[in-house]
Amino acid sequence: MADKPSSPIVVENPWERLNAFTDARIGLGRAGVSLPTNKLLAFQLAHAQAQDAVHCPLEVETLAKALTEALDLSKAPLRLHSYAQDRAMYLQRPDYGRRLNDETREYLQQAAESQQRYDLAVVVVDGLSALAVQQNSAPFLSALYQMLNSDAADWTLAPLTLVEQGRVAIGDEIGALLNADAVLVMIGERPGLSSPDSLGLYMTWAPEPGLKDDRRNCISNVRPAGLQVEEAARRFFLLLKEARQLKLSGVQLKDRSEDDVLEGDSASGSTRNFLVAD
Amino acid sequence: MAQTYYTTVGSRSYRFASLAELMAKATPPRSGDRLAGVMAESAEERVVAQMVLAELPLTTFLNEALIPYEEDEITRLIMDDHDAAAFAPISHLTVGDFRNWLLSDHATSEVLAEVKAGITPEMAAAVSKLMRNQDLILVAKKCQVTTAFRNTIGLPGRLSTRLQPNHPTDDVTGIAASILDGLLYGSGDAVIGINPATDNVAQSVKLMRLMDDVIQKYQIPTQSCVLTHVTNTLEAIEQGAPVDLVFQSIGGTEATNRSFGFDLSTLAEAEAAAQSLNRGTVGRNVMYFETGQGSSLSADAHHGLDQQTCEARAYAVARKFNPLLVNTVVGFIGPEYLFDGKEITRAGLEDHFCGKLLGVPMGCDVCYTNHAEADQNDMDNLLTLLGVAGCNFIMGIPGSDDIMLNYQTTSFHDALYARRVLGLKAAPEFERWLEEMQIFQDISTHRLNDQLPAAFANSLRHLPKEPSHGG
Repeated sequence: MADKPSSPIVVENPWERLNAFTDARIGLGRAGVSLPTNKLLAFQLAHAQAQDAVHCPLEVETLAKALTEALDLSKAPLRLHSYAQDRAMYLQRPDYGRRLNDETREYLQQAAESQQRYDLAVVVVDGLSALAVQQNSAPFLSALYQMLNSDAADWTLAPLTLVEQGRVAIGDEIGALLNADAVLVMIGERPGLSSPDSLGLYMTWAPEPGLKDDRRNCISNVRPAGLQVEEAARRFFLLLKEARQLKLSGVQLKDRSEDDVLEGDSASGSTRNFLVAD
Repeated sequence: MAQTYYTTVGSRSYRFASLAELMAKATPPRSGDRLAGVMAESAEERVVAQMVLAELPLTTFLNEALIPYEEDEITRLIMDDHDAAAFAPISHLTVGDFRNWLLSDHATSEVLAEVKAGITPEMAAAVSKLMRNQDLILVAKKCQVTTAFRNTIGLPGRLSTRLQPNHPTDDVTGIAASILDGLLYGSGDAVIGINPATDNVAQSVKLMRLMDDVIQKYQIPTQSCVLTHVTNTLEAIEQGAPVDLVFQSIGGTEATNRSFGFDLSTLAEAEAAAQSLNRGTVGRNVMYFETGQGSSLSADAHHGLDQQTCEARAYAVARKFNPLLVNTVVGFIGPEYLFDGKEITRAGLEDHFCGKLLGVPMGCDVCYTNHAEADQNDMDNLLTLLGVAGCNFIMGIPGSDDIMLNYQTTSFHDALYARRVLGLKAAPEFERWLEEMQIFQDISTHRLNDQLPAAFANSLRHLPKEPSHGG
């Protein structure tokens, strides 16, 4: 029988229990300086699943029904489609994903003929993760609608819209066609290995086609294991109110939703952690 | 001033309507140029464009601006800051001769350092289009760019890493856990840099304090950075926050940068503000820039240029403000701009070459997204090639998985692989610290300590019993 080597082939990391505090792949251990086989294969599986998620289509019918029920809508959401016909085209032509196809543009124009102005248009877009939209849009909008309804000020909402094969900027065209002062785009973010279900929120004041990113504010990573829907709705609502007051959005409108939290804390308390505990 | 270029190959004649078109068509194929409609229409047209480009004198780029001087402050920066004396030794060359000269034994590291102020981004981009991958590696290796703040980055035989402990809700314990993991794998000499989950000033200040506390407690010879908008960092400085480096994403046209919400005067203000804090111990490079091919097209601000030429122009912005680190985030933008592993690899080598040739302390975020045709093997290849090329720094993230930005980049393990196979070391000040802290059993062979170093074992005793949830 061969002697046991003095040092194990795979060296475990004694700080592995820190895994309880983050989804990051820490404490993986090592074979030499390389990944142990089981950790390598776990990564490969996650990557395979994320690649598959990119190609999973939005179940529009199901989502429309779920939103109508959850939000107690009198009319079903309007179903729209970008100029990108399918996923393959969507991935290679971002410009197509930023505008409506002719058919649904006409449909939206007819729906918006009343010339009524709205305070906010909400646009739900599949983006790169239909799963994110499918799972998180109803809970988030329930929380947001509740805040809007109980606010002292009046908020008039444009008809809710659902977009297939869309990108963030498609909200600008939709918001403009609906005569909305502000637009909220809820979109599936690029799927990560640990988060195939992450929703992004983009707000633009005075939407019109052709606006650049510096006119938008973003709240990212809305999902059960990330930013909770209630907190996301609270932050978004603060942004929206500030945008309405200042009549602008983007870089000039800083997200100040955390300012109170920090000032309420003691100077060092907010950054306390085990690394600097003593 | 605009000139049309004609040539004939066999029985076919080719016409390139402008210098911009010639540059674009000479570019190795990539999806972003196809999206912009500027790519060569055939493989033959591409090589013909390269042949025409090879005959152009370098001075062409001083006489003909790709984006008009009046319209674009980056063009004005390039033209106004051009150093004619530094350019003199290469002023007689064509683009093709320039490639030969760069590869020749005349172009030593010392000579390249002397001429860099005479090279414009367009000259660098043009010559790169004629170069094979091995040319890009060989010349980049000769160009050494060294910078310093609390340690020295870019010395020959060194490969530094940015420790990137991102967390989707900026949870302080979660971030601290990733920092610990990284430090114990020898990562973090380029910077400990966090992308905050939400872009706001208070959150950024909180993260700056968190990293400053860690750096001070363990006396780590490195620097921290929160990758928030430059105007947020300026506000943080006014509030008295511990700012080491100022971050900003930059592009190669004025309109790109405007879409990012800043201009050159903002960067000048930021550099001065950060330098006024005097927080560096061995140097005064206080800026950290990120770039990446495709950002100008993405912002609809590319003026008909190919994406690699736009990218090279971003390095003119970078070098104006004496950065500690410049990082091309090569595969982050997605398959619309760089479709697969082959295109990402080529772009990474081009960016590193152009940056170094222009005197920029170039690193690379060797990365890809889940909607690109790329995988870990592509990243292994690019990492190895860049290690050979003398890249200043790469990213380091737990297990390659950025759980906040949702993409894959190089891991702590990957950096140790590269250091081990290529015989590279961390920044000298940081390397000494790794040894003193007993993180390595034998740093010369990159052999990590199997035991938990004493200082960190003590910290782990302060771990809370229950995970804290939320931010």
